[in-house]
Amino acid sequence: MNLTLKVWRQPSKSAEGSIQTYEAKDVSPDMSFLEMIDVVNDTLMEQGQEPIAFEHDCREGICGACSMVINGVAHGPNKATTTCQLYMRHFKSGETIYIEPWRAAAFPVLKDLIVDRSAFDRIQQAGGYISINTGCAPDAHTTQVEKDAADAAMSAAECIGCGACVAACKNASAMLFVAAKVSHLGLLPHGQAERKTRVLGMVEQMDDEGFGACTNYGECEAVCPKSISTRYISRLNRDYLTASISSEI
Amino acid sequence: MAATKRGLAVLFGSTIGAKTVMAVTGLALILFLLTHMGGNLLIYFGPDVFNAYAKSLKSAGGGGLVWVARGGLLAMFATHVAMAFKLQLRNRAARPLGYAYEATVEASWASRYMILTGLLVLAFVVLHLAHYTVGVFNPDYLTWHDAEGRHDAYRMVVTAFSHPLVALSYVVAMVVLALHLVHGFQSLFRSLGNSHEQAREALSKASLGLALALAFGFCLAPVGVLLGWIQPVEVTQPAPGK
Ligand code: HEM
Ligand code: FES
Repeated sequence: MNLTLKVWRQPSKSAEGSIQTYEAKDVSPDMSFLEMIDVVNDTLMEQGQEPIAFEHDCREGICGACSMVINGVAHGPNKATTTCQLYMRHFKSGETIYIEPWRAAAFPVLKDLIVDRSAFDRIQQAGGYISINTGCAPDAHTTQVEKDAADAAMSAAECIGCGACVAACKNASAMLFVAAKVSHLGLLPHGQAERKTRVLGMVEQMDDEGFGACTNYGECEAVCPKSISTRYISRLNRDYLTASISSEI
Repeated sequence: MAATKRGLAVLFGSTIGAKTVMAVTGLALILFLLTHMGGNLLIYFGPDVFNAYAKSLKSAGGGGLVWVARGGLLAMFATHVAMAFKLQLRNRAARPLGYAYEATVEASWASRYMILTGLLVLAFVVLHLAHYTVGVFNPDYLTWHDAEGRHDAYRMVVTAFSHPLVALSYVVAMVVLALHLVHGFQSLFRSLGNSHEQAREALSKASLGLALALAFGFCLAPVGVLLGWIQPVEVTQPAPGK
C-alpha cells in the first residue's frame, strides 16, 4: 500500500516546527505503524535527510513509549491499542495520515514526535512511598485483600503512563493518569498509611505542572490503551476532597 | 513532598477544588431553576394565583427574604461564572498549540461547548432580569397593578410574550440552557466523586431528562401565550360592583 504522511517535524525543543509531507511506498499491511515509520526513515537516511524522531521501546504494548497522535487520535484509530500494536491493515492505500506529537504545555516537544513526559515522573514522585515491610517475602495471606478491591486496583495498575489521556483531553488534563496512580495503591490495604498525603501531593504536583482540569469529556478513557475507566477520576475527586478536609486528629 | 494545600485553599486553589465549586454552584442553580419553573407554571392558574404567588415571593419575611434569596443566587451565579473563566483560561493554557488534525472520539457537543452555552445563558440572564425585574425595556411593566393592588405580573408576562420575537428568544435561550445541563447535570456528580457504574449511567440518562424537562417547562409560558393557551385578562380595572 502507498500512503501520504503529514508529520510534525521540529529539530529541537526551542526550534519552530511544521508539518512535512512524505510518501510511504510499498508498505506491507502486516507492518506495525512503527515499522512503517522505520521504513520511511530508512529512505530518508538514504537520501541524506534527518529521520523522523519518535519514541519506542518494548514494541509490545506495555511500556507506553510510542506516543504519537495519528489522524487526531492518540495511538491511532484502534481502541485499547498502542501505536506499536497498530497494524497498517487498518489503513487504506492512498490514505493521508497526520502524525503529531502529544500536545500539552506540560509535555514540551523535544524533537519531532518525542515529548518530555517527566512531568509524570514528578507526579509519581510527589506520591511518595508506601510503608511496607521488605526483606523476606511475607506469606501470601499476611495481608488479606478483598477480591473486588484487588481487581479494581489491578485495573488501575494497568496504566503504562503513556500520556495518551493528556494528549486526547480537550483540556490536556492528566486526571486519568493521576487517578490510576492514586487508586492502584489507595484501593489496597498496603496503601492506606500514606493514602491522604499521596493524593494531596500528587494532585498538587499535577496542578503545578500546568495540566488542565477535568470536564468529564470521556476522551481519555476512549483512547487509553489500557481502557482505564473515568470512574477512577471520580474516585480521585472523592479521595482528594476527603483528604483535604481531614486533619491529623 | 508533603502537600501544602488544605481546606479552602484546596477548594479555590486546585483544579479539583475549582470543579467541586462549579458542581456545587451548578447544582444550587439547578435547584433554583426547578422552583422557578414550578412558580412560572402557576401562570396557567390565572392572574389571581400568579399575582398572589409573585406577591408572596416579594413580601416573604417582611420583604427581606427576597433580598436574602437574591444575594444567595447572585453569589452562586457569580462564583460559578468566575470559576468557569478561571478553568477555561487554565485549560487553554494547558494546550498552547493544538493539533493540525483535530478529532473527537467520545466527547459530546454539549460537553465541548460548555463555555459557549454558559456565556449565552449569562447573556440571557442579564436580559431577562432587565426585562422583568428591572423593567428596562418597558418601565410601565413595574407600575401595573391588579384589582387587589398587587403588581400585575400576569399582565406583564402575557404582554411581553404576545410579541412573537420575545417569546421565541426565550425559547431559544431554553434550548441553550438544556444543552448546558445535558452535560452539566451528569458531570456534576462525577466531579463530586460518584464512581458507581450503574449510578453514573442512570444519571447520564437523567441528565437528558432533566435538561428537557426544564427547557420544556420554561417554554410552556412563552409558547402558551403565543398559542393562546394563556389569555390576557383585563385586571387593571376594578371588577364591577367592587
Ligand atoms: C442557570 C445557570 C447555570 C446552571 C444551572 C449551570 C450548571 C452547570 C453545571 C451543573 C455544570 C457541571 C459542573 C461539573 O462539571 O461538575 C456546569 C459547568 C459549566 N458551566 Fe454552568 N451553569 C449555569 C450557568 C453558567 C454560566 C452563566 C456560565 C458562564 C460562563 C457557565 C459556564 C460553565 C462552564 C464553562 C462549565 C464547564 C466547566 C468545566 O467542566 O470545565 N455556566 N454548569
Ligand atoms: S513501544 Fe512500548 S508500548 Fe509501544
